[in-house]
Amino acid sequence: MTHPDADLLLYATGLTKSFGSFTAVDGIDFAVERGESFGFLGPNGAGKSSTMKMVGCVSPVTGGELRVFGQDPATHGPQIRARLGVVPQKDTLDEELSVEENLWIYGRYFGLSQHEVRVRTTELLDFAQLTDRAKSTVEPLSGGMKRRLTIARSLISRPEILLLDEPTTGLDPQARHVLWDRLFRLKRSGVTLVLTTHYMDEAEQLCDRLVVMDHGKIVAQGSPRSLITEYSTREVLELRFDTDDHAQHGKALAGIGERIEVLPDRLLVYTKDGDAAAAEVHQRGVRPLSALVRRSTLEDVFLHLTGRTLID
Amino acid sequence: MSASVGTTAARPSHLAPPRWRPVFGSWLTAYKRTWRGSIFGRFLSPLMFLLSIGLGLGSLVNKSSGGVNGVPYLQFVVPGILAAQSMWVAMGESTYPVMGAIRWNAKYHAMLATPVGINDILFGHLLYVALQVTSATVIFILVAALFGSFGSWWVLLALPVTILTGMAFAVPVFAFSAIQEGPDNFNILFRFIMTPLFLFSGIFFPVSQLPGFLRPVAWVMPLWHGVQADRSLALGSPDFAAIAAHTAYLLVVIAVGAWLAHRAFTKRLVV
Repeated sequence: MTHPDADLLLYATGLTKSFGSFTAVDGIDFAVERGESFGFLGPNGAGKSSTMKMVGCVSPVTGGELRVFGQDPATHGPQIRARLGVVPQKDTLDEELSVEENLWIYGRYFGLSQHEVRVRTTELLDFAQLTDRAKSTVEPLSGGMKRRLTIARSLISRPEILLLDEPTTGLDPQARHVLWDRLFRLKRSGVTLVLTTHYMDEAEQLCDRLVVMDHGKIVAQGSPRSLITEYSTREVLELRFDTDDHAQHGKALAGIGERIEVLPDRLLVYTKDGDAAAAEVHQRGVRPLSALVRRSTLEDVFLHLTGRTLID
Repeated sequence: MSASVGTTAARPSHLAPPRWRPVFGSWLTAYKRTWRGSIFGRFLSPLMFLLSIGLGLGSLVNKSSGGVNGVPYLQFVVPGILAAQSMWVAMGESTYPVMGAIRWNAKYHAMLATPVGINDILFGHLLYVALQVTSATVIFILVAALFGSFGSWWVLLALPVTILTGMAFAVPVFAFSAIQEGPDNFNILFRFIMTPLFLFSGIFFPVSQLPGFLRPVAWVMPLWHGVQADRSLALGSPDFAAIAAHTAYLLVVIAVGAWLAHRAFTKRLVV
């Protein structure tokens, strides 16, 4: 064994995935330990899903080294998958079957006995708050319910790592919060979570540690807090003007705060003290439509590192 | 052995059931929703053929030429339709469901996220198709027997031959369906391959009646082999050498099809 540490569940060096001449994942390094909650944050097309598929042992590695539970996906795919729970980006539920049938069938893929599958289904439906829909077919369920069912399904084998590829994309805010609550409970019960997201609030809520990905590469890594400290300021002053081109207002603000970012619809002033910056803006006679002071987020980290927003 | 292995929740591999079994089971679970209608249809379809072609058209043929080479038309035509029905059932099960499991509902993808692999997916699903072909064939033989369509108990041996005939279509068509982007080509398959095969594979008249250039087409496709073998068995004086040759041909088609299907599935599902 190259990596005898039993608590090092995931380990990758120079991990690469190419499709023909296109490189989706470009030589990334990361490691995840047992009990951690680890995230890949990045916009669409950053290579997050390709990474997840390689970790899930459904997509062959093009280059570099990947070990899951210390094993090589190329030679131990089924053994590794037996210990993983997978929540794919797009639900792969059998919509014509009932909620409980979906769980029963899935549990059987892991070689669980009929009896064991039924016992676990009862527990998991309770966890996913779907007990009263057990006999309903999946098709008419809401997006949030389907997502919770997918998560329940992924837990039927009592996985050691739960892989979640954009768990809340496309859900309304309320459904997202219900889902976060469920994931937070799992995290507290000791399940190792590995997730991708392009929502910075999701990454902040759920991840102990994360990597920021862009164009197949890792551009930064750390805890959400440390990333913000390292790459952003404590506060951000957001200014909106009644104009088509926000860049022209940038000059008038030069020198305020540590740094200014110009977005198509607003100006961001990065500063330790947002209120002081706002006062100085006012003093210079600049009159924005609105001025908002907020705390820095991972979105600002991403913007600083790549010059782009997460969702465009 | 690494220390982390001991914590796995899965059963030791020597106790675990083969992984194609839950795949087969999942298709069966889905079938439970529609089995009544499907079984009813399988009784109805042979009835319609027997009444229209076997008895209706048959009485005309018998009157004008005394059957086909001395065989009453009902007994001539029924083994052929038996083989053809197996082809139709196999086609229905291996076109839309296979493409759908890849492109529409990602059923195969869900399976592949578990310890189940490509071989398990293929074998489990094909076994389910074989079950459907078997059920349709058994029902057809039962109904046709009530009408006195068979001359001998040898017809029981037609059951495995007919299943092989269906699978000789299902297995290569699995490969075809796996690489489709949508259902458009299925219409071409049904209209320009299945329908001509149904008409020109020696079911309604011997292939020797066909123009010379069309005969090799019938010989190459699996349906004619199934028809010939079934007819030989059903009429009661089986030519076992010929039946063995036809069966061997069907097995070769299945083997080549399995190789193609495995390639196509891997190409589409492992990227």
